[in-house]
Amino acid sequence: MEDQRLIEDLRERFAGKILGTPTSLGDLCVIIDKESVLEVMTFLKKEPFDFAMLLDLTCVDEMGRSPRFVMVYHLLSLSNNRRLRIKAGVDEGSPVVDSLTPLWKNANWLEREVFDMFGITFARHPDMRRLFMYDEFEGYPLKKDYPLRKRQPKIHLRDPHAD
Amino acid sequence: MGKIEKRVYYRETLHGGFLATKMNYVLGWGRKFSIFHYPFITACCGMEYMSAACAHYDFDRFGVGMTTFSPRQADMLFVVGTISQKEAPVLRTVYEQMCEPKWVIACGACAVSGGIYDNYAVVQGIDRIIPVDVYIPGCPPRPETILNAILKLQDKIQHQKQDWRWKIKG
Amino acid sequence: MPTRIHKEAAGHKNLMINMGPSHPAMHGTIRIMLELDGEKVLNSEVEVGYLHRGFEKTCEHKSYFSLLPYTDRLNYVSPLINNLGYVMTMEKLLGISAPERAQYIRVIMCELSRISDHLTALAAMTMECGAFTVFLYLIKAREEIWNVIEQTTGARMTTSYIRIGGVRADLHPDIQPLMDKAVSTTNEVLRDVKGLLDKNTIWLQRTRDIAVVPKEMAINYGFTGPCLRASGVGYDVRKAHPYLVYNRLDFEIPLGEKGDNFDRYMVRMKEMEQSLRLVEQAMAAIPRSKPTNESNAIDAHEAISRSRDRKPDASILLSPNLEGSEKERYPDIYTKDRIGIVPPKEDTYSGIEGLITHFKFFMKGHGIRPPQGDVYFSVEGGSGEVGFYIVSDGTDRPYRLHLRAPCLHIVSALEEMIQGHYIADVIPTFGSTNMIGGELDR
Repeated sequence: MEDQRLIEDLRERFAGKILGTPTSLGDLCVIIDKESVLEVMTFLKKEPFDFAMLLDLTCVDEMGRSPRFVMVYHLLSLSNNRRLRIKAGVDEGSPVVDSLTPLWKNANWLEREVFDMFGITFARHPDMRRLFMYDEFEGYPLKKDYPLRKRQPKIHLRDPHAD
Repeated sequence: MGKIEKRVYYRETLHGGFLATKMNYVLGWGRKFSIFHYPFITACCGMEYMSAACAHYDFDRFGVGMTTFSPRQADMLFVVGTISQKEAPVLRTVYEQMCEPKWVIACGACAVSGGIYDNYAVVQGIDRIIPVDVYIPGCPPRPETILNAILKLQDKIQHQKQDWRWKIKG
Repeated sequence: MPTRIHKEAAGHKNLMINMGPSHPAMHGTIRIMLELDGEKVLNSEVEVGYLHRGFEKTCEHKSYFSLLPYTDRLNYVSPLINNLGYVMTMEKLLGISAPERAQYIRVIMCELSRISDHLTALAAMTMECGAFTVFLYLIKAREEIWNVIEQTTGARMTTSYIRIGGVRADLHPDIQPLMDKAVSTTNEVLRDVKGLLDKNTIWLQRTRDIAVVPKEMAINYGFTGPCLRASGVGYDVRKAHPYLVYNRLDFEIPLGEKGDNFDRYMVRMKEMEQSLRLVEQAMAAIPRSKPTNESNAIDAHEAISRSRDRKPDASILLSPNLEGSEKERYPDIYTKDRIGIVPPKEDTYSGIEGLITHFKFFMKGHGIRPPQGDVYFSVEGGSGEVGFYIVSDGTDRPYRLHLRAPCLHIVSALEEMIQGHYIADVIPTFGSTNMIGGELDR
């Protein structure tokens, strides 16, 4: 099976860094160490796996567990018509991950979004700024301890029933 | 089944005699049939705005057809769609750039009250930023609802005290 | 707010122009700052987030059933496709699948939605370039399609029609005349628009060889959908990872050559023709709904007055789509598994077991509770691959719901696409990317 071969090759190359390969509901998933993200991605982008497209880059905040944040990457191989999910745990104490901008250019905006929503910074990112929220916003909205309705208005909001 | 709804007029007692009331009437008539509107479109209601503007439902026949994208030339601000906290200063700037007399229509549930979004990012209704004349409910409102709102605004314009002074007091 | 372009252009004497958030082009809200030398764009910066509505955070606080209307408002020009993406992700998580007739209905609705997406995108793009007539023609065709969607789902735009396990209601028995009118109007309109624009010198000068995106750049940026196919890469989720009944229907994927604005326009025009083909094939191939036993059915008012004396002893004549949900129609439109679907009203109102099932579906803490785990599923949307990544922790609310928005990747390439062109080229380029604010900013 192609998927088995992929997992075997990965385990062979990055022996200690693959932390698990759960397969749930037909999706192939590989859990790796945060330090080796760039290395593994560079390896996967080349032949024969040829994961040429970074489909998605996001983060899940698992409050109460350690590591707290889990970075989730989805890769797509057009020639082999295959998808792969890669997860990497990030500690709350040092939320820094390597940036994937040297490999894929859309990682630029995707990582800015993760920084905006979760507060994880990316090393060697060309432009680490917020993407969706304004600069004066304090806090990171998608973290589980940020309340849903905590508003930080940018301008003074008037009372509509006043006049 | 045919009870015609009672139309509500916004009557104000006007002082000034025959000429003043006639002047009010003529100014009101002129202003209500030549509204230059600024469509401040952000989200999904914009699609229904497009339908209302196009050939099928056409609001040009009510005099509101002239779309201007310069707030200095606009009479009416047509706020269509969700206003987020980031967009709020932009809305206020655009409103303040318009000249008197000006009116505001809040189109869609998000502009009226924040809609289904009650969270950190959305202003709960644009009347927290600028005063609103007509509120259009709906998510999104049908084009016929938008046309009805334009007619209500025209009623309001006709019957309010028209301001023809050079300077505005206060 | 000090931004990157202000820092980079600090010492120069070039003109800075701001195409501000209130954009006069009906694309919603995006801010493009340009540094110009005369009319040429030297440097640019795109700022997004003016329509950030907190979709992902809101979804963590709503149950799986009640967050369906939020998915409509993502890509609001093709709402049924977003519905479908979310629903199929949930069906993958729960391990259920819709019956065959429901799958055909989903295909028909999605393709109609895709046609209205491309119509709106091209209408906005051509209107901004000055072709006002084309805008009116395309919106006219969109009105006819929305009439069909309204007759089936009840709403023109934000429908919430495609539900977990099936669809909300069956097709209307008189759908055929409206559908014929929609298809014929769209064909007519596409023919007129082709005649007006395809060989038009002005249009060609404005769109040919502008913002060329070669294959490698498109793949590197994560383009999907019509923008990727315009660059020559034939990746379509409906063919690569077929879902619903697309593997039984016959359609082609149009490809472009260079990846310029004209190719993006042509690919959308050709895709609309292919979608019309799909709609016609699906309408012909849809399995007939099972005949209902209506011989001794009584009228609804009669049943209500009878029920005051005793339990209704005859079946009730309800309309087959929106006005009442009858158990007889359920096998056609909803899955046989009892998970994830609203119980039929006959059961709810006629017995205590049905009432309890109804309550438990809607009560906080109960309802749809999928197994723990995470899942990713994607469908082909109007702008590209719309993917949903749902992490479930076993409760009735999603732990994390993430949308893979196709527009984000395409707009992130905009700065590179407009570099070196004139300021007037920004408009058709931006229009051809089909940016939808609700999807980009979520």
